[in-house]
Amino acid sequence: MKLTREGIDRVAVLARLRLTPEEQASLTEDLDHILGYMEKLNQLDTADVEPFNHAVNIENTLRDDRVTNQPNADALLANAPARDATFFKVPKIIE
Amino acid sequence: MSLAQLTLHEASDKLRKRELTSVELTEAVYQRIADTDDKVHAYLTLAREAALEQANRADEKLKQATDPAPLLGIPIALKDNFLTKGLRTTCASKILGDFIPPYDATTVDKVRSAGAVIIGKTNLDEFAMGSSVENSAFFATCNPWNLERIPGGSSGGSAAAVAADECIAALGTDTGGSIRQPAACCGIVGLKPTYGRVSRYGIIAFASSMDQVGPMTKDVRDAALLLEAIAGQDPADSTSINSSVPRYSAALNGDIKGLRLGIPKEYFVSGMQIEVGEAVRSAIRELEKHGAVIEEISLPHTEYAVAVYYIVATAEASSNLARYDGMRFGRRANGKDLIETYMISRDEGFGAEVKRRIMLGTYALSAGYYDAYYLKAQRVRTLIRKDFDAAFGRCDVIVTPTAPTTAFRLGEKTQDPLQMYLSDIYTISINLAGLPAISLPCGFDGEGMPIGLQIIGKHFDEATILRVADTYERATEWHKTKPRIQDR
Amino acid sequence: MKYEPIIGLEVHAQLLTESKIFCGCSTKFGQEPNQNTCPVCAGFPGVLPVLNRRVVEFAIKAGLATHCEIARSSILARKNYFYPDLPKGYQISQYELPVCTGGYIDVDIDGTQKRVRLTRIHMEEDAGKNIHDAHGDASLVDLNRAGVPLLEIVSEPDMRTAAEAGAYLRTLRQILQYLEVCDGNMEEGSFRCDANVSIRPAGSEILGTKIEIKNLNSFRAVERAIKFEIDRQIDTLSDGGTLIQQTRLWDENREETRSMRSKESAHDYRYFPDPDLLPLIIDDTWTDEVRVTLPELPATRKQRFAAEYTLPAYDAELLTARKDVADYFEAAVKVHPNAKALSNWIVGDLFRVLKERKLDDQLYISHWPVAAAHLAQLVQMIDHGKITGKIAKTVFEAMLDSNKPPQQIVGETGLEQVSDTGSIETAIDQVLASNPKQLAQYQSGNEKVFGYFVGQIVKATQGRANPQMVNEILREKLKTSVRQ
Repeated sequence: MKLTREGIDRVAVLARLRLTPEEQASLTEDLDHILGYMEKLNQLDTADVEPFNHAVNIENTLRDDRVTNQPNADALLANAPARDATFFKVPKIIE
Repeated sequence: MSLAQLTLHEASDKLRKRELTSVELTEAVYQRIADTDDKVHAYLTLAREAALEQANRADEKLKQATDPAPLLGIPIALKDNFLTKGLRTTCASKILGDFIPPYDATTVDKVRSAGAVIIGKTNLDEFAMGSSVENSAFFATCNPWNLERIPGGSSGGSAAAVAADECIAALGTDTGGSIRQPAACCGIVGLKPTYGRVSRYGIIAFASSMDQVGPMTKDVRDAALLLEAIAGQDPADSTSINSSVPRYSAALNGDIKGLRLGIPKEYFVSGMQIEVGEAVRSAIRELEKHGAVIEEISLPHTEYAVAVYYIVATAEASSNLARYDGMRFGRRANGKDLIETYMISRDEGFGAEVKRRIMLGTYALSAGYYDAYYLKAQRVRTLIRKDFDAAFGRCDVIVTPTAPTTAFRLGEKTQDPLQMYLSDIYTISINLAGLPAISLPCGFDGEGMPIGLQIIGKHFDEATILRVADTYERATEWHKTKPRIQDR
Repeated sequence: MKYEPIIGLEVHAQLLTESKIFCGCSTKFGQEPNQNTCPVCAGFPGVLPVLNRRVVEFAIKAGLATHCEIARSSILARKNYFYPDLPKGYQISQYELPVCTGGYIDVDIDGTQKRVRLTRIHMEEDAGKNIHDAHGDASLVDLNRAGVPLLEIVSEPDMRTAAEAGAYLRTLRQILQYLEVCDGNMEEGSFRCDANVSIRPAGSEILGTKIEIKNLNSFRAVERAIKFEIDRQIDTLSDGGTLIQQTRLWDENREETRSMRSKESAHDYRYFPDPDLLPLIIDDTWTDEVRVTLPELPATRKQRFAAEYTLPAYDAELLTARKDVADYFEAAVKVHPNAKALSNWIVGDLFRVLKERKLDDQLYISHWPVAAAHLAQLVQMIDHGKITGKIAKTVFEAMLDSNKPPQQIVGETGLEQVSDTGSIETAIDQVLASNPKQLAQYQSGNEKVFGYFVGQIVKATQGRANPQMVNEILREKLKTSVRQ
């Protein structure tokens, strides 16, 4: 499955990554290389195999419905690149 | 001999006997760091003031305690993907900026509660992606055995710190070999517990279904003691198991008579450095002398492990790393609008390897490819797991080299990502199956570089692999050899 | 060409749990921005989700109440996309194996029953809120709502008219309110609805282009938007145009749907099972435990009220619209079995008070202005002739918030019905004596003056005189006076 230029662009947008033309070129090569290696998997017949679920065989780790957190907006906002009172301030979102 | 050269159990013993104070020990470690870290570059952040406060408190407790916990007063280093409250955490990435976590990882909380002294945060490959620490956004770490070589990765900083006595012990994380391979490169002990044995809460996630926290130490007993302190169910981690933690240190009785050692034929192939093969075979013979028996086994799907790993791990990582968007923490670039802000922040914040893996993972999950890549990989993962289940029907532990070669030279392999991936081949299957495994030194090559022996166990059978490792260690002197850190 | 509309509805219901779905933050509404947040729901590095057991219970409850199949094993999955109100960069939801599938809701539309099938019900977390900054160059993000548990309820496209859609929505909301899993408040956003509308030539099996409509903030909006959209689609096709699959927003002011400006045509959410969460196993024991807690559902209760209490369908409907009202009614009827009278008092006087005091805004009225038992006793006093119906109105007002039983109030204020002949005769005599003009009018044949006398007697006796007796005795006296 060869990766096209459009394919790379589409994936970059999905991942919110901006790639320079150089990065694009080297990435295309890298990914092709690795994806070719991945084609290996098609050698195996896995029709009757269940996808791996979890390494641990435990059921249902659930929590009780109780409020256990203390409000502390300041602690949470301490690392914010921008804030306005107790809001996170972000670039304008156009609906 | 500097106090910094003590092992955890030796130091604990001396502290208990009041032959030593935690403050003295901590100062000795910082002195050692001052002497050597300008060459090794193991640390990203040091926390001397806080550490000395902790050491003081530990000394107070030691005065009153009749049976102090083994970790009380012991200087520990943490890989910089562990969240430490109030102490800068970078994950060796620019994207976190000057992020100061508002909470401690569960395992950090545990070692703090046990009275350990946190020396600082060690270097790693950015977001734990890599096997040499060359992917750190800040600088490379050097192997104390030869400063021109890599320390292994991604927990290379922790491994180097332990090997260079820049801490008494350290914690690292292992997703595809990231504790074991650097342990092998640096001639120390590194243990990856069973998936679910130790809490992942507060560890910056890479591949959620594989990440595990583990001890990196100077000997096997230390690893057992540190594992005891960090293992156990965490209500904040849904994937951590509810099962009691054995006293691992009490199980080190040297008795491995009749123990069946599985030797997988797929691991002993050409491409392995000759000395590595020799050292590992020699180690196996040593174990046989102690009563273990060899069992030839096969893990037929070994060759597919790397492909499976690189699809599943990158897919999970691409999703885990979406939160690094410059909106609520970390570094934000100035874009003309929201989308541009996302893209530039992430472009400037992430290094090349991280971007590569995010792209790969996003691609593997994207519409039209999910079945062919992700789902297929997860099915093959089941086959790999089944290989191990079958093998463990015929043996008790599996013995292999930790890596096919000793540590590369810095810069040697970084241009070829595929080559780097291949060096993971002995460790990755274990993460895919969620098994516990330990690496410990078993010799040196002709250039004096350490060789690692890997012992893999059944799920939740850390006790057996520790016992085997300890038996071997006691019969050898590798762990007593220290690197002489020459000038670069 | 005749076209048939095909309508499906997707509802997001906010659940009434104390804490969020994956962390211990409070779900309480109206807090300062980012007060109800923690590293987990704010998507900080290193955090992990842990599922709230009650969310699962509520999902099972909703599934059982709508005849769904409850999955023995269901998976929580990540839905990946970037948005500032989505802190992790993914929403934890369910994709391939939701907790409930199948199921149906029977809906009453003007007497006819229509069965609307459900595709699925699944659990997911809500996103935070984006607010536009006053300065205009930024947006503000409040994550209090991020992580609040939601149930997404997807119907099959079984509805054919806007009215059916409205009825389905109301019925679904009522069920969720009865179950006490959601308060169903569309205006406040705890009950949200998106509509999927398409049309196809009547008789055709092939589905037309499906168009999604968002921004529906009231039942009215839902019905109007669907009506508008059906007409728009029919007009477009009739004029020879084509319909493109898209999402449209309902504009409440202009009363029309319009295309969203969004550039992304189709979202690629890259769903995959969340590796931080285990498959959710629901065994028969758990399902049975939840089944036992199911209340009698509205449709069943309405039918039973009509049958058991011999009430008109209209009354039964009003009394069972809310579970707390239905409970109140039944508590009252237990004390005094005059169902119709109680129904009248509740639907008339009590509802008026609830509305005035905005008590009907709450999902479950915890503090009734009049206790059910007391209302029942009031009706009982009327039925036993202790007070008149008119006096009862006064007693009712006095009972509000006093927590006193009617007997006490009547006793304190001396409002007993006067039923002894003597007093009534005296009162009548006095009235007749003081109104000679009207007496003369009556005697000369003006029957209407009778009402005037009654009014005066009521006034004179402060409404306490037994009206029947007043009538009888007055008639007698007037007859006698005429004869004289």
